[in-house]
Amino acid sequence: MHKVTSIEYYSVRDIKGPLMIIENVSNVAYDELVEIETPTGETRLGKVLEVGFGLAIVQVFEGTTGLSPKGTKARFLGKTFELPVTEDMLGRIFDGLGKPIDGLPPPVPRDYLDINGAPINPERRDYPTNFIQTGISAIDGMNTLIRGQKLPIFSGAGLPHNMLAAQIARQATVIGQEEEFAVIFAAIGVQHDEASFFKKSLEETGAIKRSALFLNLADDPAFERIITPRIALTLAEYLAFEKDMHVLVILTDMTNYGEALREISAAREEVPGRKGYPGYLYTDLATIYERAGRIKGKKGSITQMPILTMPNDDISHPIPDLTAYITEGQIVLSRDLYRIGIYPPINVLMSLSRLMRDGIGEGKTRSDHPEVASQLYASYARAQELRALALIVGESSLTPTDLLYLRYAEVFERKFLAQSYYENRDIWKTLDLAWEVLSMLPKKASASKIIELYNSEYFLFKAFPLIITFKLCNKYLEKYAKSNGEKFEAIINSLKCLIKFLLKACSISINLKLGGNSLISFL
Amino acid sequence: MSSKVGKISWISGPTVRAEGLEGIKMYEVVYVGYDKLIGEVIAVSGDKAVIQVYENTSGLRPGEPVYKTGEPLSVTLGPGIIGRTYDGVQRPLDIIALKVGFFVKRGVTVDPLPTDRKWFFEPKVKVGEEVVEGDILGFVQETPLIKHAIMVPIGIEGKVSYIAKEGEYYITEVIAEITKNENKYSVNLYQKWPVRRPRPYKERLEPEVPLITGQRIIDILFPIAKGGTAAIPGGFGTGKTVMLHQIAAWCDARVVIYIGCGERGNEMAEVLVKFPELTDPYSGRPLMERTILIANTSNMPISAREASIYTGISIAEYYRDMGYDVVLVADSTSRWAEALREISGRLEEMPAEEGFPPYLASRLAEFYERAGRVVTLGRDKRIGSVTVIGAVSPPGGDFSEPVTVHTLRFVRTFWGLDSALAYSRHYPAINWIISYSLYVDSIAKWWEKFIGKNWLILRRKIQEILQKEDELKEIVKLLGPEALPDNEKLILDVARMIREGFLQQNAFDPIDSYCSVEKQYKMLKLFVEFYENAKATLEKGISLTKIRSMPVIVKLMRCRYTVPNDKTEELDKLHQEIIDSFNKIISE
Repeated sequence: MHKVTSIEYYSVRDIKGPLMIIENVSNVAYDELVEIETPTGETRLGKVLEVGFGLAIVQVFEGTTGLSPKGTKARFLGKTFELPVTEDMLGRIFDGLGKPIDGLPPPVPRDYLDINGAPINPERRDYPTNFIQTGISAIDGMNTLIRGQKLPIFSGAGLPHNMLAAQIARQATVIGQEEEFAVIFAAIGVQHDEASFFKKSLEETGAIKRSALFLNLADDPAFERIITPRIALTLAEYLAFEKDMHVLVILTDMTNYGEALREISAAREEVPGRKGYPGYLYTDLATIYERAGRIKGKKGSITQMPILTMPNDDISHPIPDLTAYITEGQIVLSRDLYRIGIYPPINVLMSLSRLMRDGIGEGKTRSDHPEVASQLYASYARAQELRALALIVGESSLTPTDLLYLRYAEVFERKFLAQSYYENRDIWKTLDLAWEVLSMLPKKASASKIIELYNSEYFLFKAFPLIITFKLCNKYLEKYAKSNGEKFEAIINSLKCLIKFLLKACSISINLKLGGNSLISFL
Repeated sequence: MSSKVGKISWISGPTVRAEGLEGIKMYEVVYVGYDKLIGEVIAVSGDKAVIQVYENTSGLRPGEPVYKTGEPLSVTLGPGIIGRTYDGVQRPLDIIALKVGFFVKRGVTVDPLPTDRKWFFEPKVKVGEEVVEGDILGFVQETPLIKHAIMVPIGIEGKVSYIAKEGEYYITEVIAEITKNENKYSVNLYQKWPVRRPRPYKERLEPEVPLITGQRIIDILFPIAKGGTAAIPGGFGTGKTVMLHQIAAWCDARVVIYIGCGERGNEMAEVLVKFPELTDPYSGRPLMERTILIANTSNMPISAREASIYTGISIAEYYRDMGYDVVLVADSTSRWAEALREISGRLEEMPAEEGFPPYLASRLAEFYERAGRVVTLGRDKRIGSVTVIGAVSPPGGDFSEPVTVHTLRFVRTFWGLDSALAYSRHYPAINWIISYSLYVDSIAKWWEKFIGKNWLILRRKIQEILQKEDELKEIVKLLGPEALPDNEKLILDVARMIREGFLQQNAFDPIDSYCSVEKQYKMLKLFVEFYENAKATLEKGISLTKIRSMPVIVKLMRCRYTVPNDKTEELDKLHQEIIDSFNKIISE
């Protein structure tokens, strides 16, 4: 629509941080892309942040190191930053601005897309309800990931967030539909090792063929970090909404993104908000995170898994805080769990998946899923309270039930939470494991499951005689113990425990079913 | 024409400076650039103006034209609003999607109301009748739930010189003419209203009727009155949005306006998917027939976010003027305040706390003051109300930040959400110790007159138990629960029962999601009754263990799931059972 100017300006007036002020310009558009050429012939990219008559403020993505107002040329390209996109970008590796760095020629583009995208019309969004099986019990069972969701991992320095993300990228499937996810990985200011870890783990399983990697590494220019996630999401949108693919986007580490934003804001002398971050941090993060979801009438979807390290493990730091206000939940990693050797160290109580409730249950996972998840939560929460209490008053002053909860918490962490990096548990296994762990608790916590079981006719015709048999057994065992000395006592005691538990469980169900007290007194 | 067009001189994100706009007024709407993006003037100096643009400004250039309209930012009010989803400046999102596809592109102009649809108009006045502003000229059945009153616009009065016959009309057709002193004024089915100006009314009334939300902790402990204001602050994950969805779905208002202001896109999608499936508990009709959605998600332009709140409340006042009870839910006012902050920052205004502009408090006050229960204009003295419920998203869950602090100065009900409760999956995570409502006494009469006696005493009892528990918890933390005497242990037990069996409410359970007032009252009574009986029994020397093992407890705890709203007589039976059980253990 507008004429592309090919005028080159030598009129750079000031250079300040990542910003460059260019004078005597005309017909420059807001957000326009700028090519900057140094006297040595090196070119860098930038964009227009503010523009008025004869004056433009340009942000240089690769940084302004080595630039001088003299001899630096600027050319306004007449367009906003556009990414050439094609399906052939899968299987390739690019730098933070989208140029290939794997030694192969650039793929032949099918289309050029503005990297800022456009907001999805909320009216056209389809509400995400498809369960993604990640093979990780703590996520599948208690914080389910849904296709089209944005679920970040909140981690800390030194925690295995990269392993977790790689494991999810490798294992994620939608049950019943054997389509695999295309994985788009954007490294934002991460170390070489981390990037090569991802590369390797994708290569290991051959997933690299359906992945595209955009790498802005720790020693790359910080200001590129503003662009990298947007490039990754632009490709994701193309693949999802034009090519009907299911795309999983992993962005790591968003804290570095926030810091780059803060640096630019400071250079522009803007009024800072909390901790020096700009007041528009929320809106800016939203323009990244909101580029996830599903659209009515489109097959594809974008699922986002941003990773961020919480500075000083502080979840109320502006970046995790604002992120969690935008994303649909969060997976929080815990240093305490990691310290005692639990992988993945997911703090399930602080974690949350907002879309979980509509993606699980009958027809999606299994009918008992919502129930078992809420019981795991409630009982683990109670156990944590008791742990805190036990620290102060000592375990000895807790009731036997309380102690059982403490044991439960341990078993829950060791058996349910913990799994190996290569273990891919399907959802049925996860749910069965959950019941197994829960079954060690006294009646109240698992009452509703038992009610459900025993409310059936099964109870009346089979369990009832069983209970009587148990009761008789109990008496017999007592006699046996007396006559045979102490050696069997341990076994007998544990058997007695089991019987007692069963009796209790059944008595509740009788109560609920028949509403009378007569049976209880009989038992 | 030349004076009507100015030129862009500076662009910085959503704020644009322009010059050559002679006679430009504050808050006038302008069209910016060749794409005619909608903008609003927020500062004027001579012929120069600062404009906030409601759309993405990428690609605008200095020198592009700015077109004046002479009009302030207005909403179009008329039949066809209900059931729609609008963006922040009242553009229907479904029509935008039809025009430009599933991404919101800029420079789209669409009519807020359908112009190609005919409405059946029934006149109510006759030619020759004298009418004043606010008088009803006739009705249009907008949805099966809403009879839309066509009112004499504000500022108009005189003799009806023409009134359309019963029949179908487009909204643009003239349906009445009002003459005064030879001046003729034509009335259409729609009228316009500037969003930043509150619509006038005749008289403000005391808020003495409760807004029933079907949520026990709200209706019983921290009620809100029709025409009242409430704030619901909470950190992320504390269930603000679920709570607001619950209120929007179940409250007994006639019109509900839900503003998704800078929040998640998928949440709006959820509302759009679920509301049409839910039915209004009072009329049995689909909820969308009484709901208006305003969606300006977090990634949509921030200036439109700023406007969305005003668009919403102007529509609310319009339906109030017809005599309806309207509820306006804003999720979240913090995002709106952030929009103010961003625009203020771009204007290089002197910031107050945390970068927010100094006028944050007065803007919040203006907004919440537009709530109220009023006698509307017009001679038939209709009574309508606008109830405003605003979510606040304090950073880090810290209630001492400016938006929360200022909001609390202007609202009379405070539902403080608590992350600790949310982490242990206690929903709604409203903290019963810090929350309050200033409407309790004024609406107590209503409860005692229509639902049951002693409402005030019963709810106070519950609060006492919870308060006492809070104090005892401190001791338990130090000494363990076994250190307490039996009567205090009983308080802990009953408080736990109240928390789990009464305060908690499962929004996703078909029965528990909505709790009728009758059921609420009876449950309230049951819990208090249980406590009183248990206390008396304990005093008679019966051990606490015996009380604890009473099977009726499980029934009491589960009654929120097991007793449907239309079978509250089962609770009377349960009541009898509780008394019997106590008698039994005493006699044993």
